[in-house]
Amino acid sequence: MNDDLLQIEKLNVEYITDDAIVYALNDFSLNVKRGEKIGLVGETGAGKTTLALSILRLLPKKIGKITSGSIKYESEELLDKPESYMLGLRGRRISMIFQDPMTSLNPVKTVGDQVLEVLNLHFPDLSKEEKNAKVDEIFRLVGIPAERKFEYPHQFSGGMKQRIVIAMALIAEPELLLADEPTTALDVTIQAQILELMKELKEKYNSAVILITHDLGVVAEFCDSVAVVYGGRVVEIGKVEEIFGNSHNHPYTKGLINCIPDLTSTAPRLHPIAGRMGDPRIKVQGCCFADRCPNATEKCKTTPPPMVYEGEHGILCHLYSKEGA
Amino acid sequence: MLIPVIIAVTFVLFVILSFAPGDVVKTILGDEATEEQIAELKHELNLDQPLLIRYARYMMDACRLDFGNSWTSGYEILPEFSRRLPYTLLVTTLSVLFAVGVGIPLGIASAIKEHSILDYGCTFLVMLLASMPAFWLGTLCQILFCLTLRWLPVSGVGSWRHFILPSIILGASTLATMIRMSRTSMLDVIKMDYIRTARAKGADEKKVLYHHAIRNSLIPVITQIGISFAGGIGGAIVTENIFAIPGIGVMLVNAVKSRDVPVVMGVIIFVTIIVGIINLIVDLICAVVDPRIDFAS
Repeated sequence: MNDDLLQIEKLNVEYITDDAIVYALNDFSLNVKRGEKIGLVGETGAGKTTLALSILRLLPKKIGKITSGSIKYESEELLDKPESYMLGLRGRRISMIFQDPMTSLNPVKTVGDQVLEVLNLHFPDLSKEEKNAKVDEIFRLVGIPAERKFEYPHQFSGGMKQRIVIAMALIAEPELLLADEPTTALDVTIQAQILELMKELKEKYNSAVILITHDLGVVAEFCDSVAVVYGGRVVEIGKVEEIFGNSHNHPYTKGLINCIPDLTSTAPRLHPIAGRMGDPRIKVQGCCFADRCPNATEKCKTTPPPMVYEGEHGILCHLYSKEGA
Repeated sequence: MLIPVIIAVTFVLFVILSFAPGDVVKTILGDEATEEQIAELKHELNLDQPLLIRYARYMMDACRLDFGNSWTSGYEILPEFSRRLPYTLLVTTLSVLFAVGVGIPLGIASAIKEHSILDYGCTFLVMLLASMPAFWLGTLCQILFCLTLRWLPVSGVGSWRHFILPSIILGASTLATMIRMSRTSMLDVIKMDYIRTARAKGADEKKVLYHHAIRNSLIPVITQIGISFAGGIGGAIVTENIFAIPGIGVMLVNAVKSRDVPVVMGVIIFVTIIVGIINLIVDLICAVVDPRIDFAS
């Protein structure tokens, strides 16, 4: 069996609004292996959520459009599949955990019903008792007493709601879990619990996970590999050790790592990355980071940089290419 | 809550009626009455007493369910009101049912098919209905459907067919509100995160709509139904006069014209109570639809 679960190849996604076309993803490529935990890091607006929604083909209708590229899931091209195929995939083989647990549960349905709905949709042949038993079991696994399944979302705290969302995402034992900032809306102690829970359940079901976050700490804690996303592209990809413990980094990654305050030194100031993220309405000629990059040359502004690999560690930058900058 | 509302409503009304121009005594006795006759009738109706005392007396009687007799026609108010109320309630209820039954599906459909011909058509209809006053729309419809096409009777209450046009006319502005409210509400709901969650679970558009969107989108609309129902009873005054329906609207208008204070007071108290009850029912329905509403609080 092929080891690759998901292959995204030169994916381009645009949002067409009344004023302008927003280029959300530009030649985005990513490979996810079975059981792999990959972190997608980048600042707000880099295109991380867009990627997750593209995989599920849930981009906002009429506005979001995949213009070119390919998304292969178990070697099947998803972009050619009819909607009915995607219905069977969503929630069953690929599920998603959303950023804000406060708003991602339906306020007028009991949490048990909302988890049960996944089974009703994807396992219509199971008997009522079997389904209920499964719901009870997943509630137990995520650490919520099963008798609370008759309650409504507003009766739970944020962390518990996120546990319910995780229960919903995992009850069908999907092969791929898209976790879109699952801990951002939670406070730090709850964050750690939720990450721990996701780790446990990931081991149990051996699902691959794409963890979308802007928190490097969460990535270092949870993931095997990291893809740094900037301006709708992967600018650096590699194992966690290669990214964090390496002097060879993309200038943007370096900037991100420098943003983390160091507990041991007494630096008076943090080191933010200068400038702002480029306007996504403009297609960039050269490197998308050139305007903010301290090492930028003339070439960076005119020629798109190549992905330079050293083993599995890839950096999208002229600085590391053979010809040099 | 209802009791302070009734006291406030009746007191304000009592004061306004007392200071309103026009003299009930002259209306009853005519222009040729002598000074003694006028004084005698004033004493009989307690009009020679101070305002606060008259109000207190009236309310004491009202508490014993004695609403008195009409000053001008002499009929007892409570039985007359009970005889007329069913007509008003029937027309109002039918109008709300019409507005809800047509308005909510249209509103939801135009939200789902936003920017479609249906959506623009509904917007046009809403503008039209909201800007046409009932007396004018009613008269136009009477001319078209009753006189020209002869489909429906012009006025009166002989059969069920008599109620079709009044209910539609009375419901017209409510219909506009319902279409607009349910459209807006639905547009809000389908942008919610939990709708995206439902799609990500693998639910198709039909299930997303029926299992997740509609119930949530109805919550604000139901509250509006209660308000519209109360407004409908007020609107019935105009509609009943156009279509000659012997409801409380006609009774109230005649009483106001002749400064018949006990009738006006009685009708308003009953209407206040009815509106209060309707609001209570609406609140109960809201609590059933929306689990976040807690009876205890």
